[in-house]
Amino acid sequence: MNAFHESVEAMIPALRRYARALARDADIADDLVQDTLVRALRSERLFHGGDLRSWLYTILTNLNRNRRRSLARKPVLTPLLDTATEASGTEAESRDIARALATLAEEQRSVLLLVTLEGLSYREVADIQGVPIGTVMSRLARARAHVKAVIEGERPALRRVK
Amino acid sequence: MTEPNIPVTEDELHAYVDNELPAERRSDVEAWLATHPDDAEQVKAWRAMSEALHARYDSVADEAVPKRLEIEQLVRQPRKWMYGAIAATLLAFIAGGGAGWLAHGAAASPSSFRSFTVDALQAHRLYVVEVRHPVEVEASERAHMQQWLSKRVGYTIKAPELDAAGLKLVGGRLLPGPQAPAAFLMYESPTGERFTLYTSRAATPTTQMRYATRANDGALYWADRGVGYVLSGPDDNKARLQQVARAVYDQTEKNGG
Repeated sequence: MNAFHESVEAMIPALRRYARALARDADIADDLVQDTLVRALRSERLFHGGDLRSWLYTILTNLNRNRRRSLARKPVLTPLLDTATEASGTEAESRDIARALATLAEEQRSVLLLVTLEGLSYREVADIQGVPIGTVMSRLARARAHVKAVIEGERPALRRVK
Repeated sequence: MTEPNIPVTEDELHAYVDNELPAERRSDVEAWLATHPDDAEQVKAWRAMSEALHARYDSVADEAVPKRLEIEQLVRQPRKWMYGAIAATLLAFIAGGGAGWLAHGAAASPSSFRSFTVDALQAHRLYVVEVRHPVEVEASERAHMQQWLSKRVGYTIKAPELDAAGLKLVGGRLLPGPQAPAAFLMYESPTGERFTLYTSRAATPTTQMRYATRANDGALYWADRGVGYVLSGPDDNKARLQQVARAVYDQTEKNGG
């Protein structure tokens, strides 16, 4: 294991977290991380000491976009609300946030997660998505407004189901 | 408490929550929030959202890393990732079914040049997701590939050099085109961004460059002396697509079509 391998390895937990929130399916998320790692390890020579963290997030974001594109014409399967178990307050909350994420446009979800979950700067996210910083800020604003609306809109309905 | 001289914008509220605000403006925003309960409420909701995301997903980062993601495994046994590649191939197959159905609809469309572009976008969508087999002939056999494709499409195919745009040739394949066989070339950047060039004989002699977009893919297409070209890539950066298309155009022009 060389220094490059070690730096990549140190990023795996964070990449898995980002991928899980982005793809919302544990297997698909780990497939994305695996493809990201394979690509990064294969391209070691192309990496000239820039920001490894941003580079890995960029690869993962691009791979997910390619994957989503291939699925764009597949019908979306939405799981029925699981009412069998009474969810506790925090469980319900975390289900809410996951569901709200699912309704976001791809690039908005990516911005929201990179900024709030992964703690990247607006500048870094702009580079990852290949867009100006203003676009990052408007995507973030739209993402937050949308998630807030979904969560606030769903709460009363959930209560009624119980 | 004094009102800040310049009113606080919504962008600044986001920047405040994300620690992106210049230090000298932070106290202004804090003073503003003390007198604007709606904005304070907004900031509170955004912070709660971040906390909910961490509460939901931080545990993933704490999980033991699955064996198949261990660097030592991936380095020592590069074949292990074949499984991932097979999954990607299956996905592409499913997508292929969808794309075939789309082509069905497109065949009925009136403009032949439009269907040309639709074919190219479908090929793009089908093959850019491929990890293991994106092309039939790899870039390492560039000369052989060019010779083979030229023979099949009936005019000279010379894969453009796109290094200046940060793109390396992955390779190419032969595809059925609307009227004649089509050559399909794939390029890739170090970050995995993929562009494809689709070219075939076209009924339209010469056209200007036009832009089309479909489900996250963008394409610039043009015809030059009876040969059609479609350059496809991600649709979120049109300037980049134009830059690459320009480089392709300049080089194919020198080839003489």
